[in-house]
Amino acid sequence: MSTEIKQRGSLELTLRRLLADRAGLVAMLFIIALVATAIGADGIAALTGHGPTAQFLDVGLTPTGLPVPPSGRFPFGTDQLGRDVLVRLAHGARISLSIGVVASLLAAVIGVTIGLVAGYFGGWVDVVLGRLMDLVMSIPVLLCMLSLVAVFGPSLPLSLSVIVFFSWTTMGRVVRGQVLSLKEREFVLASRSMGAGHLSIMFTDILPNLGAPIIIYTTMMVPTSIIFEATLSFLGLGIVPPAPSWGGMLAEAANNSIYMFAWWLVLFPGLALLFTTLSFNILGDALRDALDPASMRNKVQKKKKKTSVGTAS
Amino acid sequence: MTVLSVRNLNIDLPSGDGHVHAARDVSFDVEAEELFGIAGESGSGKSVLSQAIMGLLPGAIISGEILFEGRNLLDLPPREMQRLRGNRIAMISQDPLSSLHPFYTVGAQITEAIRTHRKVSEAEALQEAIDILERVGIHDPDKRVRDYPHQFSGGMRQRVMIAMAIVLRPALLIADEPTTALDVTVQAQIISLLNQMRRELGTAIIMVTHDLELLSSIADHAMVMYAGNRMELGPGEAVLTAPAHPYTLGLLRSSPSHESRGALPSIPGQPPSLLIEQKACAFAPRCAAAMDICRQERAPLRNFADGTRSLCWLEDKASNTAAAVPAIPEEPPVVAQSSDIVVKVSDVRLTYGGRSLFGKSINLEVLKGVSLELPRGKTLGIVGESGCGKSTLARIIAGLLPPTSGDVIIEGQSVLGLDRRDWVEMRKRVQMVFQDPFGSLNPRRRVGSIIGDPFRIQKVAHGAARKNKVRELMEIVGLNPEHYNRFPSEFSGGQRQRIGIARALALNPSIIIFDEPVSALDVSIQAQILNLIARLQRELGLSYLFISHDLAVVRHVSSEILVMKAGQVVERGETETLYHHPQHPYTRELLAAADPHYRKSGGGFADPQSSGAMP
Repeated sequence: MSTEIKQRGSLELTLRRLLADRAGLVAMLFIIALVATAIGADGIAALTGHGPTAQFLDVGLTPTGLPVPPSGRFPFGTDQLGRDVLVRLAHGARISLSIGVVASLLAAVIGVTIGLVAGYFGGWVDVVLGRLMDLVMSIPVLLCMLSLVAVFGPSLPLSLSVIVFFSWTTMGRVVRGQVLSLKEREFVLASRSMGAGHLSIMFTDILPNLGAPIIIYTTMMVPTSIIFEATLSFLGLGIVPPAPSWGGMLAEAANNSIYMFAWWLVLFPGLALLFTTLSFNILGDALRDALDPASMRNKVQKKKKKTSVGTAS
Repeated sequence: MTVLSVRNLNIDLPSGDGHVHAARDVSFDVEAEELFGIAGESGSGKSVLSQAIMGLLPGAIISGEILFEGRNLLDLPPREMQRLRGNRIAMISQDPLSSLHPFYTVGAQITEAIRTHRKVSEAEALQEAIDILERVGIHDPDKRVRDYPHQFSGGMRQRVMIAMAIVLRPALLIADEPTTALDVTVQAQIISLLNQMRRELGTAIIMVTHDLELLSSIADHAMVMYAGNRMELGPGEAVLTAPAHPYTLGLLRSSPSHESRGALPSIPGQPPSLLIEQKACAFAPRCAAAMDICRQERAPLRNFADGTRSLCWLEDKASNTAAAVPAIPEEPPVVAQSSDIVVKVSDVRLTYGGRSLFGKSINLEVLKGVSLELPRGKTLGIVGESGCGKSTLARIIAGLLPPTSGDVIIEGQSVLGLDRRDWVEMRKRVQMVFQDPFGSLNPRRRVGSIIGDPFRIQKVAHGAARKNKVRELMEIVGLNPEHYNRFPSEFSGGQRQRIGIARALALNPSIIIFDEPVSALDVSIQAQILNLIARLQRELGLSYLFISHDLAVVRHVSSEILVMKAGQVVERGETETLYHHPQHPYTRELLAAADPHYRKSGGGFADPQSSGAMP
């Protein structure tokens, strides 16, 4: 055969599909920018000369003691204590992103392990683990957090543990369902007929086939964790002041209704939170479309129709 | 009267890798009351063609003409097309289960079809539904009309589908592989029903199938497609008995249903990729009679006296040219093995069950006492229709499923009650090749590691030694060892089955169990795999258990055959004895259903006793 058709690798195809999705691309760029901001938060602080917790009682507050609106010196304004909102936002991004990513990864690991074990072994193992997931899902989150804070006091590790504890169940369920159908596939039977043990089947046969759902759901879990952390901080149960966090900044803005006057105190942290979660959600959607083209078939057909009409006329 | 006339049809389907040229310059006519057959292997464009006629290819770029009752369907606005679909052109698909809505009764679905296109009252439509159900051979139609699809068996469901398709008396009925999902005995009934309906209602039928023999035995005209090209078109009988195109000839030869034993004259190679624009004859690279001109220019259309038209450079019919007949390799005599028994299954039973909520025990007997013996170096074929327990039996023998009672002894050792170490050790003696070449290979792993898996699991051969062994295995089964690092999705069905066989061979087993190894493959590829299986047995002295629903295939490979029905062995015997002097009525029924000439006579399975040859 003279003209060989080049077979594109699955990674290349996935990347092509991902890059063809414009919304996903924008989301990805935003996330990259956000990560850069978080990493360079100290740089921003050095550039402006404002520390994240430094108070500028002279220039950061009006003579009447009110926060200063956005200006050349403070691009996002200052808060009620005369601190630079931009610098605090950048430092808050660190907390939000690291909690979001770390919590999602931990939750994913736990969820995948438990889902894999429950789905693979079935029987009473499945029943026990399934009930455990039901149990975790039925605990009232905030009530539980309130009592934990009352006992241990608010801290970063505590927030992280609580977020992980309450978010692995979704992943667990998804993985369990997938494993249930995967373990009936013939290649698993083939491995078994060659004498493979349970661990070997779980890790070399089943796990690689779970790649797509794991990546998608971990990405989708990041915004949930970020919102979760912000909620906890907003209620004063999360990050301890004066360390900056987005939820905490919103809480401070809500105190004494200062946002009625200083709109920038709500707008900027709120927008940061909104765009971050939105971006991760869009990225998750884009990843799903790219990794699992079957779910996107309708969309493709619609597009195709347009092109065919174009060529027909 | 010509109902449908397709003129120079070209179909391009856009895909991620470029345009798939699914049909190239295809023309044919279908007369009223005619049964027009389209045959071809998977990817030949036959299904795409039928979808194009129905207007169900929204993304495709189509040129040419599809004239239906004088109107060009390609120019019709979507609303007009919608009015035609189901009313004047109806379709039956392959899988009757997924094409019927599980939530509505059969009657509701048929009346809906009627009332979409005609203004009649609910009661009238229901009466019509009952009439049509009776016509397609459903007993008690006035009661069954209120049943749901799951309450019908596979064959009955297909009858319901046919009823729904013909209730509006369409001028054209497209049947896309209407019998592929059904058992052989049911297949024959459905075909004869379709045959009867077209005579009674004057409906023209286009039947799409991969089974060329079935087709040519019933079709008035048959068209053979290959890689989107119309290779041959002619009267059904002529295509079957005197094929004009080398491809048709090759297809007919490579199907194992002939009397021939030994190596099948298979068509070498793989079908071409449809992404490439064809400039010469698409079949030339695989053709035994290919000439230089075949590889350079598109073939001309040849007309023959019996009305057959063929797209080929050969001036005479392929069946008349000596060059087209590939030399059939003489089968070396099977080395007489010592006649010790390697597998002995005694009275194996399997019962699924337990207690229901109210203490009444519900038991489902899958195997009701099966015994068999497999001598070394021989092949034992197991035949039966779906649900007869043959695959379950295979899994029990392979030790993957414990039986409720009975014993399986492999080379003097029972496979039951082994501890973990002995069980792993036993894997080196028994291996399995699975039916589905797509499902039995892990899609996320490379071929090298799939074939190397047995070595990894059994902890033999590491690193470079393992890699060399895998390459050796790939060579043995006829795969290119350079493809070591590819994923299964980059191979075709036949090649994947070779991968499965290589994996089974890795540990040097003495027994291989084949569970329907070729039923998912096309005829020309099937012959290649059957030849490979036979060659490996000769060279390596393997003992085979060969499970299939296809009698022709089993007959071709087996020295002894076991016929199973509903978890029991109804008959066993030497292959030729069993074929020529079947004892059990069920065996006769199976044999009759598999014989294309019998199918032509129109079925009549009420008394299967009378249809088989009397001993």
